Amino acid sequence: MGRFVARRLLQMIPVFIGTTLLIFLMVYSLPGDPVKALFGSKAADPATVARLRHEYGLDKPLLQQYWDYITGLFQGDFGQSFTGRPVADLMAEAFPVTIRLALFAFAIEVVFGIGLGVLTGLRRGKFLDQAVLIFTLIVVSIPVFVLGNMAQFLIGVKWKLVTPTVQDSTDLSQLILPAVVLALLSLAYVTRLTRTTVAENLRADYIRTAVAKGLPRRRVVGVHLMRNSLIPVVTFLGTDLGMLMGGAIITEGIFNVPGVGNTLYHAVITSEGPTVVGVVTVLVLVYLVSSLVVDLLYAVLDPRIRYA
Amino acid sequence: MRGAKSAKWAACAIVVAMAATACGGGSKSGNDDNAAVDPNGVFSYYNTEPQNPLIPTNTNEVGGHYMLTNLFRGLVTFDIKNKLMMANAQSVDTTDNQHFDIKLKPGWKFHNGETVTASSYVDAWNWAANVKNAQLNSSWFVDIKGYDDVHPDKGDPKDDKMSGLKVVNDNEFTVDLSHPVSTFKDRLFYDAFFPLPKAFYKDPKGFGEHPIGNGPYKMEGSWEHKVQLKVRKFDDYKGDDKPKNGGIDFKFYSKDDAAYADLLSDKVDIMYQVPNSEVGKFKDDLGDRSVSQPFGGNTNVGFPLYNDEWKKPEKAKVRQGLSMAIDRDTIAKTALKGSKEAATGLTPPGIEGYQANACGDFCKFDPAKAKELIKQGGGVPGNKLVITYNADGANKEWVDAVCNDIRQNAGVECVTDPKATFQESRQLITDKKLSNPFRMAWVMDFPNISNFIAEQYRTGAGANDMGFSDKGVDDLIQKADESKNIDDANKIYYQAEQKILQEQMPSIPLFVDHTVAGWSKRVKNVKFDYQRQAIWTDVEVKK
Repeated sequence: MGRFVARRLLQMIPVFIGTTLLIFLMVYSLPGDPVKALFGSKAADPATVARLRHEYGLDKPLLQQYWDYITGLFQGDFGQSFTGRPVADLMAEAFPVTIRLALFAFAIEVVFGIGLGVLTGLRRGKFLDQAVLIFTLIVVSIPVFVLGNMAQFLIGVKWKLVTPTVQDSTDLSQLILPAVVLALLSLAYVTRLTRTTVAENLRADYIRTAVAKGLPRRRVVGVHLMRNSLIPVVTFLGTDLGMLMGGAIITEGIFNVPGVGNTLYHAVITSEGPTVVGVVTVLVLVYLVSSLVVDLLYAVLDPRIRYA
Repeated sequence: MRGAKSAKWAACAIVVAMAATACGGGSKSGNDDNAAVDPNGVFSYYNTEPQNPLIPTNTNEVGGHYMLTNLFRGLVTFDIKNKLMMANAQSVDTTDNQHFDIKLKPGWKFHNGETVTASSYVDAWNWAANVKNAQLNSSWFVDIKGYDDVHPDKGDPKDDKMSGLKVVNDNEFTVDLSHPVSTFKDRLFYDAFFPLPKAFYKDPKGFGEHPIGNGPYKMEGSWEHKVQLKVRKFDDYKGDDKPKNGGIDFKFYSKDDAAYADLLSDKVDIMYQVPNSEVGKFKDDLGDRSVSQPFGGNTNVGFPLYNDEWKKPEKAKVRQGLSMAIDRDTIAKTALKGSKEAATGLTPPGIEGYQANACGDFCKFDPAKAKELIKQGGGVPGNKLVITYNADGANKEWVDAVCNDIRQNAGVECVTDPKATFQESRQLITDKKLSNPFRMAWVMDFPNISNFIAEQYRTGAGANDMGFSDKGVDDLIQKADESKNIDDANKIYYQAEQKILQEQMPSIPLFVDHTVAGWSKRVKNVKFDYQRQAIWTDVEVKK
């Protein structure tokens, strides 16, 4: 177990260097000159441009820029944005907001997704099962920006049940709507995934044995059935957490949530290298860690799986 | 069973939601002008997160400008009709448009209690012009004598003070320019010329986060990045335009659709530009809480006159022909739903020095004449017209419509070439890499005809993206700049405008842009000026 974790952690180093380099190169190759763009439609004064380039280190060769960035990173310096603010500050503002939103969405997804999945799996073919199937089908087939804008217009503007956009991101009640919109798609997947595995495992020999042994139904479902059925679901949830953190660009835009997605979007539009690389690096780390946690969870759920 | 129940509800909600959107509509609501007003009421204003620290000489985009223009008050200002008014200045005197004597109104204070003196201006300008400080607006000081010493093209500055700026006493200083500039007085209105307190020089970075100005509003609390910035009435403000409200919360949005949803729910009070997608129906949604009126900005199509084909003299006729093939009025009314109006020249109406029809007949829709002119000029190079624009702004609609008109009315094949970002198209344009026409838009810095002509059409001018150069036009511009009074200057500028369009037409004038604004039920007395901004101090908040 210990060796497995150590090996996985070591594997993160090349992945980390590879992704940062790739992102760095990609941002660098975006068309347009970010420094000249600061001047808008006005002519860029060459002397000022030269100063600014030097200030942001953009006058150095690309690989040197990358080297400076990486060495800075290991000293905890994420560089600075074109507004002159440290990228670390930008991230410190954005990540808590997104983490709050993502965890909220994740909780909705887990509770309702698995809950509905188990219920429908146990009552296959019944009315509830059909209704949930239709509901998930609708959710999966409607693009998230349609869903988001529709929910905002109806619930926020028309019925005035909540504020149309998030006014204060520390207020959880205002995060309900964006969190639900963010969670819905994954919720549908989780529901369907759980339903299928539950329904399948229900016919497995060990369940029949457990029932035949005269175990109470609660124990049959809660321990024998659930534990085996959750393995694929946990895999999905693990990677999904990473996606919720970084993939909320659309939802954050619709509900004006000042989170990671918004920050990233702006940074890409303005070719702000340090911000893009910084944010994406952290997101990559989140992915790596969550997939490691998923792998470790396997062992907990299925005793047959052993890590040497 | 809880899960099951909520599933049913969720399913029902979705069905209801889908049905309801089909019949959803806006409701009108009148403007209750008799409502009692709260003199300390605070309203919120739609804005975007500033791209730069809030230093007047480093802010050149609207996000930051809207806050600075409330936190600071410069020497002069313009009223809603574009009339120049003295603000912090008592007088700005000159006899030759080259030597200026500026006297301040005494007793003005910065928000930290410091007195505004002549040095507050002179030191700020010297600091900003210094190339070491790499300020985005440094070129605004280019006309001042000694600019080259503090801002050489290469290397370190020779001096840290411009010789043209002299402090006479606490409330008076003089400005010497290296050559006459008839609009220098107007230019003083721009953010770059705001005064700075001594506290600024100790910590410019910190100041950028928490600016201290001399304007009607002072900052409250700290700048909540990407969320909001609050300003409140400054009790010691000495200007004439004392706020009739308690303050403004500038709320930052990344998508204007989100802001519009908030506007409909009175969660944001004033939106100076409603989203493009709502332009067709915002009047139904807001009733008399909305306005669509021209401001000092235009949308044109510029031609690459540095290109071997387009620089041939006979192609002027082709450009004029293309211009006559465009039915501007119809496009403005239908495709653009009134968010722009047809232009008859390079200067928008309402701007000082504006006269209609600078274009002559060449901006009038006349397909027969259009075809004839294009033929006379030897046709469009390559027999195909490509128009490059940036797709991240609201440009697709008008570019498509214009191209369509050219195809139908001039019989010239026309395609559009959208670039993903402003930066991308901007680089192609400024590096002069294009061989085809491109979107050229201009939002004025100050409301005078010169700002629409000199900045774009003088040889080598900052925003002369076309590479246009004409000795006659240059001479007229110089003559205008050197003239003793502004009325003469404006007349000569109009001549230059006519000459540009009727002889060469380096760019096709298309539209005058509109302020398409709306406000909530909480506020009244909302008016917009030619800078596309509300008269903030006049806004009244209902009780």
